[in-house]
Amino acid sequence: MAVIEVSGLHKAYGDRKAVDGVSFAVEEGEIFGILGPNGAGKTTTVECVEGLRRPDAGRVRVAGHDPVADRGPVTRVLGAQLQESELQPKITVREALELYAACYPDPADWRALAERLGLTAQLGKRFAKLSGGQKQRLFIALALVGNPRVVVLDELTTGLDPRARRDAWRIVEDIRASGVTVLLVTHFMEEAQRLCDRIALIDRGRITALDTPSGLIERTASGTEISFRPSAEPDMEQLAALPSVESVVRKDGRVVVNGTDETTGALLSLLASQGITAHQLRVTEATLDDAYLDLTGTDT
Amino acid sequence: MTAIAHTRPSSSAVKGSATAVLRAEARLFLREPGALFWILAFPTVLLCVLGSIPSFREPSADLGGLRVVDLYVPVVVLLAVIMSGLQAMPPVLTGYRERGILRRMSATPMRPGALIGAQIALHGAAVAVSATLALAVGRIVFNVALPRHLPGYLVAFALAALAALALGSTISAVSRTTKITQAVGSVVFFPAMFTAGVYLPVSTMPDVLQRTVDLTPFGAAAQALDAAAAGDWPSWTHLGVTALWSGLLVAAARRWFRWE
Repeated sequence: MAVIEVSGLHKAYGDRKAVDGVSFAVEEGEIFGILGPNGAGKTTTVECVEGLRRPDAGRVRVAGHDPVADRGPVTRVLGAQLQESELQPKITVREALELYAACYPDPADWRALAERLGLTAQLGKRFAKLSGGQKQRLFIALALVGNPRVVVLDELTTGLDPRARRDAWRIVEDIRASGVTVLLVTHFMEEAQRLCDRIALIDRGRITALDTPSGLIERTASGTEISFRPSAEPDMEQLAALPSVESVVRKDGRVVVNGTDETTGALLSLLASQGITAHQLRVTEATLDDAYLDLTGTDT
Repeated sequence: MTAIAHTRPSSSAVKGSATAVLRAEARLFLREPGALFWILAFPTVLLCVLGSIPSFREPSADLGGLRVVDLYVPVVVLLAVIMSGLQAMPPVLTGYRERGILRRMSATPMRPGALIGAQIALHGAAVAVSATLALAVGRIVFNVALPRHLPGYLVAFALAALAALALGSTISAVSRTTKITQAVGSVVFFPAMFTAGVYLPVSTMPDVLQRTVDLTPFGAAAQALDAAAAGDWPSWTHLGVTALWSGLLVAAARRWFRWE
């Protein structure tokens, strides 16, 4: 069952359409990613899910409730980590956890949560004195302290060093393992590829693709690139006739063939039958990066 | 961390969380030594400085037999009101909005208004403590009579505090950043001090000036406090002026305050 349903969502700020007809559904128990460039409308979309913004048009449901009209029920099942929000500078970690636990009718045990997120040693520390990673872990704890069914994590790892980022990823996987659905907003490909079950790619307020990470990669125009230095001149036309080949070019004494996974085997058999050796053979698979660049379009 | 059935919280749960917000904000309030000094200590310190001047402790025929130090007790009470409402509170409220603290609270079942409400209540409570301290020091150290009409004094004081807190909230409402809040706060601060009689007690102002100052929230409050201190129920005009300002400012703050 979908725990978050968004259909035909529109939101404009003045003349600028931030979100222009976005629809998706997040299933219970998955990590659903919203990926896209800065200013694509990711945050506006999740803010409508969180009930922090009122959509201009469209329907949003969280566990069957409208986030604007049924603010109470939605805030009780949805935990949020907001982009660029802070806490009172002098509040301690313990006080923040106690305060936010008191906001919910049936809170989690904040001590256990602090333990799980490695914040026990920081309980007496003030918010302003925490490191970036510690602040983010505290915000995750605050998102979880109400025992939510869904958490929304908006740019959780932006500004974190690589170690803190990996720590945050482990925590997100751990959240999902505990049965909580995760809606993750990010612009990091590696993060989306590693964590998400499904990804909605958003560009200029619209979803340009919605698929599993491997599904998105398979769709991309630049599939597999095979390049090598041939021992003898191959017949370029024969190469171009190989299955799924999109292009064959000579570059700096190398032959560069763009195709798919099935091109590789056929190419190697062809070369072998002609007695040509492929020196310095390189086969590069497309990554989510390529899919992202293909699907979000360029300004040039 | 499993999904659980959620029911509508009882009103006691909501009240419980509002108390938790107040408790947390009270702890934070006590961690601001600067604000505490200006609200709680400075008015009484000023009273002591003025009271240490021998001529200010001499009864004066010009003042109807009162001493300057007698006139300054209501003035420093208003000074506490202004320090709290206009200087200390607005940057806190704007900071809470600017830093996204209100937004973060909006994403919980709690309303961000609970934070604002707690700050207003705490600044109001601090003013009450400060006024009590000033009255006590005035009585014990300088032998200034306690307010002879206590209910009148309390009403005038409550209205003055309400006007200052509402003005402070309005300042925070109309200024986008903490820096702007501080700038607007300072611009409003000096006229407020003047009309409250910090430089020249309102009752000693020349006639035309006094009648003008009577139309301001703190000028009218000063006259009301003076009357109650002397043992009379304050004039309805003075109470009415401060009450009207309070009403207008509360409406303005509610109308313009932005949560993000």
